[in-house]
Order: sequence, then structure tokens, then C-alpha cells
Amino acid sequence: MKTREKLDAATQNPCKLCAPLGASIVFRGIRGALPFLHGSQGCSTYIRRYLINHFREPVDIASSNFSEETTIFGGKQNLLDGLKNICRQYQPEIIGVASTCLSETIGDDVPMILREFFLKSTSEILPKIVSVSTPSYSGTHMDGFHNAVLSVVSAIAARGNKLRQIGIFPGLVSSADIRYLKEVMGDFGLDHVILPDYSETLDGGPWTEYQKIQQGGTSVGQIASLGHSSGIIEFGDSLKMKETAGTFLEKHFSVPRFASGLPIGIKLTDLFFKLLEKMSGREIPSKYRLARSRLVDSYVDGHKHLFEKKAVVYGDEDIVIAVASFLFEIGVVPVLCATGARTGTIKRVLPEIASAYDKKITVCEGIDFEQIYEKTENLDADFMIGNSKGYYIARKRGIPLIRIGFPIHDRIGAQRILHLGYRGTQQLFDRIVNTVIEKRQEASSVGYSYI
Amino acid sequence: MNKIAILEERKKQIYYKGEESFDMRCERGSLAGSVSQRACVFCGSRVVLYPIADALHLVHGPIGCAAYTWDIRGALSSGPELHRLSFSTDLQEKNIIFGGEKKLYKALCELIDKHQPRAAFVYATCIVGIIGDDMDSVCRRVSEEKRIPVLSVHSEGFKGTKKDGYRAACDALARLVGTGPRTNNIGQCSINILGDFNIAGETWMIKEYYRRMGVEVISTITGDGRIADIQRAHNAKLNVVQCSGSMMPLAKTMKERYGIPFIRVSYFGIEDTAEALYEVARFFKNKKILRQTDELVKSEVRRIIPDLDQYKRKLKEKKAAIYVGGAFKAFSLIKALDYLEMKTVVVGSQTGNKDDYKRLKEMCPNGTIIVDDANPLELSRFILEKDADIFIGGVKERYLAYKLGIGYCDHNHQRKLALAGFDGMLNFAREVYSSVMSPVWQFCPRRKKV
Repeated sequence: MKTREKLDAATQNPCKLCAPLGASIVFRGIRGALPFLHGSQGCSTYIRRYLINHFREPVDIASSNFSEETTIFGGKQNLLDGLKNICRQYQPEIIGVASTCLSETIGDDVPMILREFFLKSTSEILPKIVSVSTPSYSGTHMDGFHNAVLSVVSAIAARGNKLRQIGIFPGLVSSADIRYLKEVMGDFGLDHVILPDYSETLDGGPWTEYQKIQQGGTSVGQIASLGHSSGIIEFGDSLKMKETAGTFLEKHFSVPRFASGLPIGIKLTDLFFKLLEKMSGREIPSKYRLARSRLVDSYVDGHKHLFEKKAVVYGDEDIVIAVASFLFEIGVVPVLCATGARTGTIKRVLPEIASAYDKKITVCEGIDFEQIYEKTENLDADFMIGNSKGYYIARKRGIPLIRIGFPIHDRIGAQRILHLGYRGTQQLFDRIVNTVIEKRQEASSVGYSYI
Repeated sequence: MNKIAILEERKKQIYYKGEESFDMRCERGSLAGSVSQRACVFCGSRVVLYPIADALHLVHGPIGCAAYTWDIRGALSSGPELHRLSFSTDLQEKNIIFGGEKKLYKALCELIDKHQPRAAFVYATCIVGIIGDDMDSVCRRVSEEKRIPVLSVHSEGFKGTKKDGYRAACDALARLVGTGPRTNNIGQCSINILGDFNIAGETWMIKEYYRRMGVEVISTITGDGRIADIQRAHNAKLNVVQCSGSMMPLAKTMKERYGIPFIRVSYFGIEDTAEALYEVARFFKNKKILRQTDELVKSEVRRIIPDLDQYKRKLKEKKAAIYVGGAFKAFSLIKALDYLEMKTVVVGSQTGNKDDYKRLKEMCPNGTIIVDDANPLELSRFILEKDADIFIGGVKERYLAYKLGIGYCDHNHQRKLALAGFDGMLNFAREVYSSVMSPVWQFCPRRKKV
């Protein structure tokens, strides 16, 4: 098999997913919400399967189930029937309708059909319905994710008496990350609303009876209150120059917005905690001061194992940027940083950070895994860090893979991996150092028992 | 209890055996708004052709359909592994507006140059059906230029159910069969294995049985499949079809075109595996083969029985719920469970037809719930109502069972454990045993002894 040819028109082993998947995750993080994909049955089934394998929880996503007639005559009737059936079976408080490439291409006007649904409906109790346009032929699952957050906020946020409350849009983080953010906000004494919040819905305990819609999630009332919050924190460098839920609230509700990268590593986490100090008027609680201090101590303990080690970082833009910044600060060089998205973000942000550390790195966007594989050929990387889809590259290259982010389909506990804050960084740091140590120990003919 | 209501429209697809007259309404599109466990036409085609390991499988459409089917099956190959890669034209908005033919042409040429496959399958996704790309003509052109078969698979997601996807896949296979040479050195006792996908090496196990019986296997379609073998499959004297839901259209076409008869078999469970092998042996009316088959079955059964009986003692009277893609698999599972003296309390399929459901009804004890195209709400209601100990299904049902404190056995294409043949029966029993008997259930609230 030849591997040198560069693929131009074809994608081999994609490093991105389609937009409706991102929207589905957001809707699973809203209390009483059911995601509904307006398209073929396959879209919903494939996305369910993909999410179930990551979160290891049931994930119900409804479909309008297009047939050939639907496609010719339009999806209106299927959408109306589907919504009716969903209301009867699931009694959702809110339905999140995401479009697909099919319904977008045939030109279904979902907002108009939804208006008709409300006009025609005779039922007294109707759920809220929010729709988001997520054609799979534009952008990635992350666009679907952020657009769904924006759609939900723009549909529900309301004016009201100013609350001393902070809204957080964390982006696609783990269930454990969301729980951590809640803990931090609580410790700062800050009332908060996190959207989406799948910390319980996609990481919960066993049941005595089937939960049609898993308990937990951000309530409609909380989302409404975002419009009169005292501030918004939005994570993600990829959101610059885009309309987001945060910019929407800033523009239409004059809620101050604070944008930041994902708080991974000491520098980015310091920024986040400084912001919280400012917002709460309190000093950082000693619990976090101590955690930071222990983290610095471990950086020092492990620094020799890591210095000028080479890493390959890949995945969604925001996590790639945050993890690469973190690697720089512990002495690892992220020699290859890659994402399947193509927004210019990582090309804008990462070379700047690299030059601050006086290091040369390769930054690639719009890439697939096969290109990542080819680029690792003469890289002599020490480890890879990213989602589980890069496993085959790590295996072929004989280097370890440290699994983070989304998706992780070959390990248990993906939803419990903590990435954020001093605690998440500590866990990542320990995993990274130990991976490097283990590799060295395994490769050694001596079998040292002290390292 | 938060009782889950069954939608009026769904009531004719659910039956309690012995309690009412039986007339299953099936083979219909899923109800809009239902969270069906089914997939789409594309999925049907993709799973059937997936194991062909020396072919390029290019998905023509936006990225999702290819991304979600990357390395999705546990189908093994003894050689090339092209099938484990995911190829897509990753159509963008401008392709939707101006058409995707050029991109498809270029992508095909690039990939064929890079991977040198023996053939290429090009799968249509929903959107291709709308923007009107002439996939057939692109495939023809590339086939002429690259001198390999390039087959379009008309699997637009919305054009029917998963079953229609099987048909589209069989149609593509039928265009391949017979394009290889007619050979004279093929024996009288030769077969094609149809409808086994070599999950965890099952095709190899079955092939080995046939070798021991003295039967020659010409091609395996599609488990551990190779283009050249499929092309010469018309030389075989008999098609042995498993998973009849997906491969029957091909078997029928081959009967019409080449006069090759077919038999339907299943390799799940002792009874069905033995019967499959005997049936093939009887077909050839060859004394030596019959004798060798008899020896094989007897020695295999003798070998596994002691272990199997150990599990049986533990599993006796445990209650099982089955929800699978094709009804044929359900028949075998019921028999396998019967052997273990377990009770089938719920059984359903995504794609069964009227005859299938009639047969299921005959096989099940009174009170068993029989269901077509179920959804998570219904399944959870049924397993609780019947107090099942184990759920046998696909990955979408796994956590539904776990959440409710019920064991689970994966019987779908994602599994990594061979469940076919005699060893497969032993694996199956061990798998059921290791879930049902695990001590972890004691902590689940539904299972807690009060």
C-alpha cells in the first residue's frame, strides 16, 4: 500500500463529526429536554450509538424519520406528527429540533413549521420547542454544539431584575468537568447557570424504572435568567469573531461577557480563577490555593521526565489549544497540533504561543487522521494526546496514547475524565508523566523498581 | 409506577402470546417521533458490504455517515484491512449547490491510486438523492479508467428501511458475481457461505467445519470477503445463507441467473449449527461427507457439553429478553436459551416479516411479548414487566438494561466475541452467565432485596 499520495478530494478517517451530533449533546444537557433530529432515521440512530458508546448511558434521540414521499413533498407532516408523538410518549418540557443535511437541502422551513404546530395544537400543555440549523455539510459537530447553545439562549433568555449570578458556557467538556465548575462556583459563593449541563443526565446512577428523560440539566427557567445575569463566562478560543450565546447576551441583554480558553494548565486556570475573584469579590479559597501549590510541586517533581518530550495533540480546536498551552508550560513540545475543523483558530493562536517558548511546531487544520498518521512518520513523537480515534496511529507508531476529550470509545469512564482547573490539570499531568515513565520502564532491559 | 404508555399506532406491532389473536403489522416505516432502534437504508448497505476487505468503501456525502461507520463492526480479515478505514467525499455546502460529481470522481481516483483496491463501492447518502449526482456514470467512468469494478450502491438513507439497504447491497454484489472466470477445477461439493460477516472470526470457524466435512468453500460473502472470490462465486453448487434478512436477495438472484439452489441456515446454538451442517451434507448426498459431518458434530458436541452443562445448572429458569435486527437470529437465540433451560420472556426484531413473527409465536411460551420495531420506552417497560435477568441485543440496548439492573449480552455487529458454531455456543453461555451471575447487581436499587 502506498501512503505518500496526498489526498485532496477524499477524506480518510475523519477527525470531525457532523453538526447534529453537537446539537444533540447540548439538548441532552437541558432539563426535561428531548433532542429531535429532522431527517432520516439513520442520523438519530448513528448519533445515539456514537454518544452511547462514549457516555455509557442511554441516549434517546427522536427522528422525524423521512421516507421517500417526505423527501419529495417536504418534511412538514413528519415533523408535526413526530412532535405530537414525542409529546405523548415522553412528555418533555422542551424539545430541541436540529435539522440535518437532508431537511436543509430540500428547504424545510423548520421555524415556520413549528409556528404551525403551536397554532394547530389543541393540547393545553405544550413543551417549549427550540430549533437549530445544523446541516451536516457545513462546519463540524462543534459548530452544531455552539449553534445549539446560541439557539437555546436566543429563544429563551429573558429580561428581568438583575441577578447576582454568572452564566457559564463551557463548550464540549466532560460530565466531570461540569461538576467541577459547579463546585468551584459554589466555593466562590457565586450563583451560576451552566449551559449545557449533562453532568447528571449523561453520567448518572442506576434506576428503579426507566427515566424517559434523565434527571438533571439546566432548566428552562435558568436559561431564561441568563438574560439578567451579572456576567457570562464563555470558554473556547474558536468562538472569537463568531456570534455565540455569550455575544448574543452581551448585545441584546447587555450582560458582560468574559471569553477565555478552556482552563487547562496553570496559566489558563489562573486566568479563570482571577476572573472569579473579580466577579465574586472574594479571594481564591484556600482549597484551590493549595491545589495549585501541589500542582506546581508536581510540575517540579516531574519536570525532568518531560523536558523537550514531543507530543502529538489532536481533536476539537478548543481542547487542542488548551492542552497544547498546558504542554508548553510543563516543557513538552506539542510538535504536531491538528484538528478536523477549519476556522483558522488554531493557526491563529498556537504559533504565537510556540514562539513565546521559542519552539517550532506544526499546526494543521481541516485534517483527517490519515494525514495525521502521515505527518507523524518522521516525528519521533513520545506520545499522543487526544480522543480514542487516534488509537490506530499510536498503535502503528508504537507510542502511547493519552485519552482525553470526545469521543472515547475504547475505555470506560470517558465522562468522568476531569480536564479543567487545577484538579483536572493535576490528573492530566500525573497521567502524562506516568505514561512517559512507564514507556521508559517497559523499554528498559533492567526493569528498575525506583524511577 | 411511572407507567410507559404504548402509542395507539404501535399497538398492532406488540403481542402477548396466548392473550389475543395474532396478526403482526410489520415491514413498515417507523413512526415519526418514535425513537426507533433501527437505522437507515445506508446503514443496511454499509453493514452488509463492510467486511469485504480488499475493496474501497467510499461514502459519498457529508462527513457524518462515514464518521459514524468507521471501524464499526468486529468483522475480521485474514489479509488486507481496507474495510476498517473510513472514506468520505466530505461534501461541503458548495458541493451541495454545484453538485458533487467532480469531487466524487477525484476522490475515487485518488483513493484507488493510493490503496490499489480490487474494487470500489460507492455509497449514496441522503443528500446525493436530492442533489441528483449521477453516481452511476462517475462509477462507470472510473471503472474504465482504473480497470477495476466500481459499483454504486443506491443507499440513500430515506429510501426505505434498513432492509432496502440490504437489497441495494445485494444488487451491487450481484453485479460482481459472475464476472470472474468459469472454472472447471471446482468440485461437485462446493458452496458459498452467504450472510456471515466474520465477526470475531466466525466465518473462519464455519469454514473449518466445512473443510472437515469435505465441502469446498468457494467464497464467503461477505465475512473475510475478497472481490475475486465473489466474482467467481457462480461456480459453487450451493448457496448456504445465514442471516437470511440481508442476503436472500443475492441468493435469489444467483438462483435465477446461475441455477444455484440455496438453503437457509443459522450457526447460532448447537441445534441450529448441527442442523446447518447436516443439511449441507444431505444436499450433496455424498456418503463420505455425511459420515464426516456426523463425526464432526458428535465430537464437537461431546467436547463442549461438560462446560455447557455447568452454565446450564446456574442459568436454569433465568429469564431472557431478546431484541435483534433480523428475526432469524431470534429463532436461534430462543433455541439456544431453551437448551440452557432459560425462559424467553420478550422477543423482538427490527426487520421481521409476518412469517417470521408467526414462527416466533410458535416457538415462545405463553405470555411472551413479541414486538416489531420497538423503541427504548417499550423495551424498558417489557423487561421490567417480565422481570428479565438478561437482555440480548445491540449496543443501543446495553445501557438501557444496565440502568435497570439487568444483565446484557451483545449479539450485534460491534461485539468482539464469536457466538457462532459450537465454540460460539459455549462463549454465549459463558457471556450470559458472566453477566447474570455477577455480584454487582446486588447494589442496583431495583435488585436490592428488601
